[in-house]
Amino acid sequence: MSDTDTALGAPAERREGREKVTGTARYAAEHTVPGRVHAWPVTAAIACGAVRAIDTTEALRSAGVITVLTHENAPRLADADDPTLAVLQNSRVPHRGWPIALVVAETLEAARAGAAAVRVEYEAQDHDVTLTDSHPGAYVPEEANGGYPGHRERGAPEGAFASAAVRVDAAYRVPPLHNHPMEPHAATAQWDGHRLVVHDSSQGATAVRATLAALFRLPEDQVTVVAEHVGGGFGSKGTARPHVVLAAMAARRTGRPVTVVLPRRFLPALVGHRAPTLHRVRLGADEQGSLTALLHEVTTHTSRIKEFVEQAAVPARVMYASPHSRTTHRVVPLDVPSPSWMRAPGEAPGMFALESAMDELAVALGTDPVELRIANEPDTEPDSGKPFSSRHLVECLREGARRFGWAHRDPHPGPHSSGPLLVGSGVAAAVYPVLIQPSTATARALPNGNFTVRVNATDIGTGARTVLAQVAADALGVPLDRVRTEIGNSDLPSASLAGGSSGTASWGWAVHEACTRLRAGLAEHTGQLPEPGLTASADTAGTADADSDYARHAFGAHFAEVAVDTVTGEVRVRRLLGVYAAGHILNSRTARSQFIGGMTMGLGMALTEGSTMDAAFGDFTESDLAAYHVPVHADVPAVEAHWIDEDDPHLNPMGSKGIGEIGIVGTAAAIGNAVHHATGVRYRELPLTPDRVLTGLPSFMAR
Amino acid sequence: MKPFGYVRAGSVEEAADAYASHPGARYLGGGTNLVDLMKLGVEQPATLVDVSRLPLDSVEELPAGALRIGATVRNSDLAAHPLVRDRYPVLSQALLAGASGQLRNIATTGGNLLQRTRCPYFQDTSKPCNKREPGSGCGARDGVHRDHAVLGHSPHCIATHPSDMAVALAALDAQVELYGADGERSVPAAEFHRLPGDHPECDTEIRPGEIITGVVLPATAAGLPSRYRKARDRASYAFALASVAAVLRVDDGVVQHVGVAFGALAHRPWRARRAEEALLGAAPTAAAFERAVDLELAAAQPLSDNAYKVGLARDLALDVLTRLAPPTTST
Repeated sequence: MSDTDTALGAPAERREGREKVTGTARYAAEHTVPGRVHAWPVTAAIACGAVRAIDTTEALRSAGVITVLTHENAPRLADADDPTLAVLQNSRVPHRGWPIALVVAETLEAARAGAAAVRVEYEAQDHDVTLTDSHPGAYVPEEANGGYPGHRERGAPEGAFASAAVRVDAAYRVPPLHNHPMEPHAATAQWDGHRLVVHDSSQGATAVRATLAALFRLPEDQVTVVAEHVGGGFGSKGTARPHVVLAAMAARRTGRPVTVVLPRRFLPALVGHRAPTLHRVRLGADEQGSLTALLHEVTTHTSRIKEFVEQAAVPARVMYASPHSRTTHRVVPLDVPSPSWMRAPGEAPGMFALESAMDELAVALGTDPVELRIANEPDTEPDSGKPFSSRHLVECLREGARRFGWAHRDPHPGPHSSGPLLVGSGVAAAVYPVLIQPSTATARALPNGNFTVRVNATDIGTGARTVLAQVAADALGVPLDRVRTEIGNSDLPSASLAGGSSGTASWGWAVHEACTRLRAGLAEHTGQLPEPGLTASADTAGTADADSDYARHAFGAHFAEVAVDTVTGEVRVRRLLGVYAAGHILNSRTARSQFIGGMTMGLGMALTEGSTMDAAFGDFTESDLAAYHVPVHADVPAVEAHWIDEDDPHLNPMGSKGIGEIGIVGTAAAIGNAVHHATGVRYRELPLTPDRVLTGLPSFMAR
Repeated sequence: MKPFGYVRAGSVEEAADAYASHPGARYLGGGTNLVDLMKLGVEQPATLVDVSRLPLDSVEELPAGALRIGATVRNSDLAAHPLVRDRYPVLSQALLAGASGQLRNIATTGGNLLQRTRCPYFQDTSKPCNKREPGSGCGARDGVHRDHAVLGHSPHCIATHPSDMAVALAALDAQVELYGADGERSVPAAEFHRLPGDHPECDTEIRPGEIITGVVLPATAAGLPSRYRKARDRASYAFALASVAAVLRVDDGVVQHVGVAFGALAHRPWRARRAEEALLGAAPTAAAFERAVDLELAAAQPLSDNAYKVGLARDLALDVLTRLAPPTTST
């Protein structure tokens, strides 16, 4: 690629693609420093109570075991902002799966065998892990995740709903979900005197550095965190997780480099999960289909040690015009693992409920669901009253309908045939906020005519390394192949984490600014550059994170066609099509991958993914990838992602909105709405597995 | 780690001898289940007797028209074998409905029969399980048991057998051939696996030290219409919620031969003898199928979370039987 005019937006290939497909890209556990040893956690087998005694005698006698850390002997940590990181500090067991010991051994196998030999006595207390919407422990939090108010109300929603001509009042359930990135959480930690170097599988090495420095009482410049290649995270590696703290503790205690790789079955309890959400959505409309009342009330759970509130009622503050509105969250602390971020927290479950309810309203009105959404477009953001920086939901819906062939759809709910396969189609809207974090970056012009851009961005598989080079080449006005990017190391200029679909905008802004300054500097320079070249830097604090006068969101529309087998209750998606309006798309190849990846995860949320909290044991039942069903290739049919280019001057220098999460938002609703269209049955609990679908069919119930 | 011995057997006799002389030994086939269980601490063999290279890797026609499948024939190879596809399509279909391509390429016929339940309580050593640790209790009964048994379970165990292949073998009247200290014997595939009763730790009728040498598919079922159908949570790489294998021969308007087995409903492939008895000699009408299947499933004792399995199994059986029946008589 040498055409500088097309550097931004061009389908540049991933720069590390060859390393990844040939297996030479090294991940956190693969940094085999000399003398490296392994550690395996022992986790609590009760859901509530305390450790009374730990007997490590047998474990310490086990071949290859070096030491066993417990709350009695582990290094004392400073207070962590995040209570999930205060591991091995006291005897309390806040949930099943909480780490209560760490066995360090010469080999992974020896550590595992040692862990099996640790004997634990507990003081178990009765536990409560069951979320209900009438739970006496429920309260309205001040804030939900993302800093959004827990409760918002406009007008008189109850009265407006009660007097509405057409009403939908429906309850929806989304189960706990697990991120399960391909690469499990892993870290290799090494101390060199008072200096700590960690290779971590993380979405943000700068944040992990700050956390480790605080926990181990070190200045930040004595900690280096490297996250060169990361095999996915989906939010579960957004901040430091217990594995990296355990690795650093064990390395300090033993004086050896220590690798901790969390076994897959430990992930559900240790790295965060999407909390289950119980939704009540009430929509009131006049006979023409204009919303008069919108109430979205969410009940969710959190752990005993940390308040995390899935902000599932927040998208209802953005989507549709309604003079009367209530959006509220209630949270119940239970003896469960701490929930956290999972791809599109809030939007993913919230838009399943809201967009299912909109479909129910369209059916109640006898209106086309695309037209119902268009009829309720707001002029300004309903909750804040701010103007939208850009909003092209209507265009997404229209373009999607055209491409999907929506005009040929039978407007009536099914069944449309008598055979064993019922076919239907559905639509749902998508939304995701524009989030931007301040970052720093440097750009250097080298005497040989090449450029180096340095920023502690993280490439969790998204193509960040590649798109940042495009941003730089564009700002510098040079061919893409003359730009090298250095990312994934906390010794580089500090940058924000890869989360909230904010990475490219946040890092790219700093890169763009540094490169723009460098270009100006070069313009003033004549002749050959002396060694080591010319450098410019940028820090976007105060600009990137400045409050905007605009409501800034990406929008999209999802269309799905499904076939429901009435013999088995199996639902299979035949077609999935998304159209997005997300500012300028900066790399059409990697953007498409982000969109269809999100859509695929949304397909899983709709049909196959679900975790079950076992009330008897206080444990998630599905603990491996044979039992927790992420979609496989056979589940994923023709998936298409398209976009409408937006020219929005209120975003960032590249004019982009985040695209990492919007693909999962609304997808499950589009599929659920298609199932309703196919069968005539409204299923309001995910996932739509054969047991639920089959037993809800009229033909089944008629027996 | 817990050290274990490793012996590679060159012959069936050598394998049996090695097993007998190494207390706590386990036979290793493809290892797709055993090795996982070793990592989980569920299996802790003192010695692995590797039988994967035994000269039992062929499918051969027997003089009377039966087919013998060697115990080490890989699932993929068996599913693709022309004689199996031609004469016993239900077996090929069942194999291809199981696991993933990668697993089928390494899993063996004998190992498939001997795989353990995927009950999450069996796999988790921090929870009670009478199958793993007799007398410790059954975690699934009070826990999560959507995937568990509705037929033939006991107070001690509600696990299901996970194999798809074994369901087809049961419906086909296959025989499992064994070799042990007392010589050779064979057991009907439909009776090879046990019901849990008071001893859920015993999955099968195999005696200590016995090794599976092969499976024989009888000539009587060769070439008959047969079919496998499985319902599952995702389109591939998922265990059955319920499945059915059926073989059906209709002559002169009446059922002359029928074999029906259900998968994922019980601790073993559930041979539907009552349904078969009801159908033999009867006209293969929809009403007859319904009556027969309902007769079989009347014995079901679903638990709180898995009642759907009864209706699902009924649907599957009626669908498969209807498709197998000659078109003129199936209405």
